[in-house]
Amino acid sequence: MSGARPSVCGVDGSPRGKIGSVGMQHGKYRFIVGFLAAPLSLYSLFVIWPFVQSIYYSFTDWSGLSPEFEMVGFKNYTRLFDDEVFWKSLQHSVLFVLLLPLVTLTMALFFAFMLNVGGRRRKNAAIAGVRGSSFYKVVYFFPQVLSIAIVALLFQFAYNPNSGAINSGLQAVGLDDVQPDWLGDPDLALWCVFAVLVWCTVGFFVVLFSAGMASIPKDYYEAALLDGANRITTFFRITLPLLWDTVQSGWAYMGILALGAESFAVVQIMTVGPNGGGPDYSTTVLPLYVYQKAFRDGQAAYATTVGVALLVVTLLFVAVVMRMGRRERLEY
Amino acid sequence: MGSTSAHNDRGGFGRRDLIKRSAALGLITVPTTGFLSACASGDGGDDEKVDKGKKTKENPLAVNGSAPLEIVIFDGGFGTEYAEDAKAVYEKNFPEAKVKFSSTQKIQSVLQPRFNQGTPPDLIDNSGAEQMDMGVLVGKKQLADLTPLLDAPSVDDPAKKVRDTLRPGIVEMGQFDGDPVWIMYYAYTVYGVWYSQKALASLDATYPETWDDMLAVCAKAKKKGIAGWTYAGKHPYYIPFSLYPMIAKVGGREVLDAIDNLEPNAWKHPAVKACFEAYYELYKKGYILRGTPGLDHIQSQTAWTEGKALFIPNGSWVENEAAKTMPKDFDLAVNAPSGIDSSDKLPFGAIWASGGEPFIVPAKARNTEGGMEQLRIMLSEASSKNFTSSVKSLTAFNGGTDGIELTPGLTSGVAALEKAGDNVVNPRIQDWYVALQKEKIGVGGLGEMMAGRLTPAEAIKKIQGYADDAAKDDSIQHYKHQ
Repeated sequence: MSGARPSVCGVDGSPRGKIGSVGMQHGKYRFIVGFLAAPLSLYSLFVIWPFVQSIYYSFTDWSGLSPEFEMVGFKNYTRLFDDEVFWKSLQHSVLFVLLLPLVTLTMALFFAFMLNVGGRRRKNAAIAGVRGSSFYKVVYFFPQVLSIAIVALLFQFAYNPNSGAINSGLQAVGLDDVQPDWLGDPDLALWCVFAVLVWCTVGFFVVLFSAGMASIPKDYYEAALLDGANRITTFFRITLPLLWDTVQSGWAYMGILALGAESFAVVQIMTVGPNGGGPDYSTTVLPLYVYQKAFRDGQAAYATTVGVALLVVTLLFVAVVMRMGRRERLEY
Repeated sequence: MGSTSAHNDRGGFGRRDLIKRSAALGLITVPTTGFLSACASGDGGDDEKVDKGKKTKENPLAVNGSAPLEIVIFDGGFGTEYAEDAKAVYEKNFPEAKVKFSSTQKIQSVLQPRFNQGTPPDLIDNSGAEQMDMGVLVGKKQLADLTPLLDAPSVDDPAKKVRDTLRPGIVEMGQFDGDPVWIMYYAYTVYGVWYSQKALASLDATYPETWDDMLAVCAKAKKKGIAGWTYAGKHPYYIPFSLYPMIAKVGGREVLDAIDNLEPNAWKHPAVKACFEAYYELYKKGYILRGTPGLDHIQSQTAWTEGKALFIPNGSWVENEAAKTMPKDFDLAVNAPSGIDSSDKLPFGAIWASGGEPFIVPAKARNTEGGMEQLRIMLSEASSKNFTSSVKSLTAFNGGTDGIELTPGLTSGVAALEKAGDNVVNPRIQDWYVALQKEKIGVGGLGEMMAGRLTPAEAIKKIQGYADDAAKDDSIQHYKHQ
């Protein structure tokens, strides 16, 4: 691997600060590369290399159950275009990546604002959260403590149409005729999954945003309140702009979650069908489809093709997030 | 926070530039390390096999007594004790052999990498939710032909070959194309309509043999606030356990064979239509337990053992699986599916029974003889009885029920098999085309119809479409009845 030898010229005490000198620039690179060699090679080996391999395998007919395979050119890709289940999975994954961050972060922002700024004015404090906010903070964080698999299992019981918590609750308030099949209904199943993902992630962002809000100087709020600003104005004029960096990280994180492991786990554990994804493909998502093709149908090569499609979606998402990030930052 | 400026117009580079450039550097350095040579699937491993031992009367498969043996068992509804007991026999017969025994619920996760490396264990119980696709394993020539085992003398009677001690259909189930037998199914499962004899008696009813009688029993139950049927709504591929043999009963076995062979218009046969319409009537008349489409197998079984529903399509493992919630006086029974009427092709009693717990010996295992010898031990009467008495299921060994006390479900299963006689059907679509059977026909077709979202005609059209797609799909291996 190139650059594995730590370069010495950067650490030999040469004076710094001559920015712009070409020779120094060169030395600086070598210095930095020397330090980054180890993490970079690890990253390359365990992140970049598997990507490269996946793309290579997507041009083969590898089954995943034997070491033999042949090159088949673009066959997997042409098959992908005619694959109805793939398009459905793509549709659901895109829906998740668009809506999940939006809903979760909006809710988390609202809760965090209420917990930190939204309360009545009290003596000696310009701003305060609603009554019992420190208690709520803990409660919101609870779901984060549970593993996603346990959350999915719990909700599976809650969604049980016959004796689950939700339908029993509906019955208890006299809604005997409103007894949906939840996960068994293709029109509702995806939203059931969506709700679980929101439920188990919103708490983390409430805590994260609360921390962010706590570091916004109180004077700003005080000044705004003196000027007669109401809660909504303070939120949009002060809280949100100063919190934008945190929101943006949250957006990226939620997008990864919506495209990756979390949505896979919830769909796989909760929904209808041998590996989830039903009823009638109404909840299938891209990572689940990759899993099914690779580990159930013995079509690992085709699975990597779907994986490449997932990579494209992810890259598009990243591009959007990066673009969103291009704005002046406020320093305070 | 927020104090880092991303862009830097002073000519040097900011933190962000640095990360970008180093990432690019990482991308370039990597592919040089051998793009094609280092495929994750490995180089096939070493194909070395252990030397064969001496063939004797006691050792007909010529097992090398000092060679190590590795067994991996699926730790599911049947547990692992039966296999450990059989392992003890192997160790007694070959005291020098080191036997490595392990069990897992995640067969695929544990074993797929080892197949890819070419170093699989010697005997595998390839079962459970993470079962490796048999069709692919056979198609890629990863399994050993078990014919030597089948032609070896049996443990109990050296004059009888192992293949002559097995239940009907077991050997055929292990075949895919042609003579080689790739799989030894160890358990023997009876599929059908399961119910509580006590609940049925409390309605003054007997098990219905025609569909009119079935509807009458369901009507009676409904008056008492009991649903006629429930099923594993989240796994609707349980419905075929009673629906497929019903189709065979109404239209003859050829209908099921045509379905297995993915023949064009196989699903448009009038018998299929009649049976689909019969099942749809259960939905239309409100005889299906409310909320069933959202229940998984355990939830539906629990509702059924609680007496909320009368009938459930299931397999003989249900006795063990639902034991915790089943009342002592439940009086579990199984029966063949009800037909339409007396004009059906097969008499009442036609039932689906077939092997379960598929054991395989990988082609690249080092000690294939040892793997087969272990199976031969398991197929002895003593091992079979041990299995049946401890896990309440029959084995592939024909017999092995004398002298042990059978549970109610097992007793009725044996009786149902006797009643069926030759009319035992074994739809292969379940193991030949797993995705088609479970996800497409099961969830996409039958599940939707039983939830009332498709009419029988629409369901048939949809399922025929799935079958036609599977027949055309050259990425899956195709099989035909011989």
